[in-house]
This record gives sequence, C-alpha cells and structure tokens, in this order.
Amino acid sequence: MPDTEAATVIWITEGTWQASVDAALRFVQPGAPITLLHVTPAELSDTAHGAYLGLFGRGRPDRDPGPHVAKLAAQSAAGLLDAAAARLGRPAGRIERNGPPEREVVTAVAGAALLIVARDGDRSRLGPKSLGKATRFVVDHAPCPVLVVWPEAAPAVATIPPPPPHPPDPPKPPGPPRP
Amino acid sequence: MAALVVVLGWAVWRPRGLPEAVVAVPAALLVIATGAISAHDAGEQARRLGPVIGFLAAVLVLAQLCDDDGLFRACGAWLARAAAGRPQRLLALVFAVAAVTTAVLSLDATVVLLTPVVFATAARLEVRARPHLYACTHLSNSGSLLLPVSNLTNLLAFAASGLSFGRFAGLMALPWLGVIGTEYVVFRRFFAADLAVGGRPVQDGGAPEVPVFTLAVVAATLAGFVLASAAGVNPAWAALAGVVVLGARALAQRRTSVPALARAADAPFLLFVLSLGIVVQAVTGNGLGSALRPLVPAGTSLPALLGVAALAAALANVINNLPAVLILLPLAAPAGPAAILAVLLGVNIGPNLTYTGSLATLLWRRVLRQHGSGPSLWEFTRLGLLTVPAGLAIAVLALWAALHVLGG
Repeated sequence: MPDTEAATVIWITEGTWQASVDAALRFVQPGAPITLLHVTPAELSDTAHGAYLGLFGRGRPDRDPGPHVAKLAAQSAAGLLDAAAARLGRPAGRIERNGPPEREVVTAVAGAALLIVARDGDRSRLGPKSLGKATRFVVDHAPCPVLVVWPEAAPAVATIPPPPPHPPDPPKPPGPPRP
Repeated sequence: MAALVVVLGWAVWRPRGLPEAVVAVPAALLVIATGAISAHDAGEQARRLGPVIGFLAAVLVLAQLCDDDGLFRACGAWLARAAAGRPQRLLALVFAVAAVTTAVLSLDATVVLLTPVVFATAARLEVRARPHLYACTHLSNSGSLLLPVSNLTNLLAFAASGLSFGRFAGLMALPWLGVIGTEYVVFRRFFAADLAVGGRPVQDGGAPEVPVFTLAVVAATLAGFVLASAAGVNPAWAALAGVVVLGARALAQRRTSVPALARAADAPFLLFVLSLGIVVQAVTGNGLGSALRPLVPAGTSLPALLGVAALAAALANVINNLPAVLILLPLAAPAGPAAILAVLLGVNIGPNLTYTGSLATLLWRRVLRQHGSGPSLWEFTRLGLLTVPAGLAIAVLALWAALHVLGG
C-alpha cells in the first residue's frame, strides 16, 4: 500500500472527484507526492446481501447479489481511480479501501501533508448540510490539514444573507441578594 | 413447537449453504409420524399448497428467462439514458422500475436480478449508489403488494382469500401506490445529500436492444392471469404458458438448458415451503392458534384492519414473513378477504424495518458472522422507522378506502 506520509491525499468520490483533482493541480507543488484515495462503502454490498437474507428459505449462495455488487463496486472504484490519475497527469499513489468511508479516510491520512475533499452535500442552502455526513466527519476528525473545495464555482460573497438585525441587550442578570 | 423452532432456526442460520429443506422435510415427516398432525390434514395442506408452489416455481423461472433474454440489461441501459446524469431523476426511475419488476416478476427478481443492474447503472453515471440500492431493497418488500404473483406471501393469501386475480389487484392498487409514494417522499428527504451530488450523462449513444418478444410474452402472461382467474381457471396455468413459450424459444436459441431452467425453479425452496406449511399447521393446531386468536382484532373496521396489519408486521419482524403469514392466515380468514389483505400489508411492508427482513435473521447473522458494520445497520433501521409505520398506516387507509369504493 502506498504511503501517505507527508503526501497530499486526494479523496476521490463519485460525482465530485474532478474538482478535488483540479485543486491538487492548482495548489500542490510540482514534484510533491500525491496519493489518490477511494473508499467503497461496505454498506453497499451489505445491503444487497441483507436483502437476499430477507428472502426467507432461498439459501442458495450462488444467487446472493451481495458478492456481485461488491465485484461491480471494485471495478467501478478502479475505473474512477484510473480516470482521476489520467486527469491529474502526474505520478500518484493509489489506495483503494472498503468500509465506512469516514473512518477509512481518517485513518488513511494519518501523517499526510494535506487532504483534499470536495463539498458534497445539499448546496442549495449553504450551511452545515452542504457537507455530506461522511465529509463532515472527515473535516472534523482528520489528523492533518484539510482543503475543502467546491465541486462547481465557489459562491459569491453576495450570496451570504444579511446579518440579523442587532438584538436588544440581554437583561442584566440579577445581582447577589442584598442582606 | 420444537420442530418449528428448529426449522426456522436452520432457515435463518443457513449453515454451510445447505438448503433449508434438509431440516424442514424431516421436521414435517416427524410431526406427521408423532401424530402432531394427522396424515389426512397434512395431505389437505399439501393439496392446498401444491398449486401455490407450482405458481411460484413458474414465476421464478419466468423471471430467470427474462434475465437470460437481457431484459434487465436493457433496463439498466434505459435507466442510464433516461436519468440523464441526474440523481433525483434516477431515483424516480429506479422506484418505478423496481415497483413494476417486483409486482410482475416477484420480489426475488428485484433482489437477485435488478439490484446489481441498478448498482452498475449508478456507478456508470457516477452518482452515489446508496439511495438507489436502498430503493431496490425497500421496494422488493413494499412494492410487492399489487399482484398475487408479486410475493409468495401474496400467493398464499390469494389462495386463502377466494378473490379473483383482477379483484385482488384492484383492491391492492391503491395501497401499493400509497406505500410507494410514502417511501419516495421519505427517500428524497433522507438521501437529500447523496442525491445532491451530480452525476454525468452517459456518453455512448445508440438505443439499447429491447427484448420485445420477452416483454410481449410477459404482458400476455399478465393478461392471462386476469382472464384465467375470471374464467375460474387457476392463473398458475397462464404462468406456465408464459414459461413454456419463453423457455422453448430460449432452448431453441441455445441460450439456456433444461437443467438451468430446473435450477431456476429452485426445487429445494419449493420443498421447504411445503414442509414449513405442514409444520406450521401442526403447531397452530396444537395451541399456537388458540393462543394467538385473542390477539387478532375481529371485524373489518378501520381500527381492526390497522390492528391486524400491525400484528402481522410485528410477527414478520420476529420470525420472518413466510411463517408469519402461514400462522396468521387461518386466524384472519374467518373475517374475510379484507382481514387477509390487511395481514399481507403487514407481512410485506413490515420487513423493511430491519435490513434482513426480520430480527431473527438479523440477530443470528450478527451473532454468527459479525457481518455488517454498525453505522450502516443503524442507518437502515432509521430509514425503516421512518417508512414502515407511515407506509403501513397509509396502506391500510388506502385498503379500507378501496374496500368501500369497490365493495368489501
């Protein structure tokens, strides 16, 4: 497995990886080590497998869609990493992991110089939910600096709503009772 | 009772991939040998279950033949094009396709044949696969309300209800739409973040090759179900006719073989269903039935139907939906078709509460294999808590309305 020590790690995710790769091209010094990281959520094949377990009485392992989905997921991950490496156009390490994405990413980037992630939540209302759950966890817990980039053009300052009207002074707390 | 526990336990445990019938058949013979059920009653039950099992086998083979002819591949190509790289649109299309696949070709087809195709489509469009995969899982249960062929539980209830195929579908159409609509609203909110991440439209042009012949035979088979049933003929014959037409063509084109078709019929599963039916009847005849009877609300008022559906959902979650429906059908049957359909709503929608369809399976699996990671398990259960009670209530309400409009 390639080392992430002192490297810039790009978290490659479906739909937003282009922005992260572009950010690396812009901000990472030429020649500095780069690693591409993709995590396949274990819950995908687990869900397919679970649904098959729910079919009571059909205990034929050869028809279980779980391993099938896992195989397709591995192919898809490899394809995504290929596409990312091609867009990057510089030598880069590759890490492919399986498991809960937020935890896999956090453990993979111990000692990294930088982690690049893309904003991947609901961006129609900018606020806490503009980061997906896993991305939120990674931003909060990553043991290295994190660069969060926009998958599209960053919003203009004018999109910030005006501050609320100045609130009245809070009432003064009552003083200690007088004797 | 011990026989039932062993049969259910083995079916949940599935040691080393051995068929469930390995234990269920001896258990059925044992309850007959010990006199827990008379040979005559067991024969009666087998005669009742025989046509149901034949029908089930035909539907299983029909779905496999559709897959062999590339129906699901074509479906994936169509999904990819029609979604145009937009995740919300893909979710709506997956809902439609999964609901129709489940209704027409049964839940097995959705779980085994459609789910991998939907995953591959999501991966191809570079959208997050989670919402679409969960949609297949959920709709394989809640989308199986519409037709008698959609679920084995339906086939059993259909045989017990005395309804015609068309009338069954007519009464269940509104609950089916109601529960799918509920699921869709919850999914759009629950997976809002995943659905906000844009994908990309597929580049390669060219319309997918649609297996027109197979689609036409499936449509004709559906029409055959309704017509046969209206004419007083068991609709299983229509399913058999569809299998014969598609099977003969596939054999002539050397796309399949007779052993492959026999494998698709899954004889060990059919034997398991038969044996389970006999064991359950022995247990209900020896105390379980009279113990549960006071719990089943009498009558067909709205509160009674709600109660029946909730009880069925709870029982399905504890012991799986197949034994649950076998136990509850004789108890609900005296109240008429309305109560039977309420049982179906419960046993078909209820399994979405846990990701393996029942607590029994879930606990066993987790104890034995430590399979599945904590967070995703909690995630699925949370989704179940949001969809199942609401979906069940709306479905019962819709059934009650349909009974009033179409006449109970």
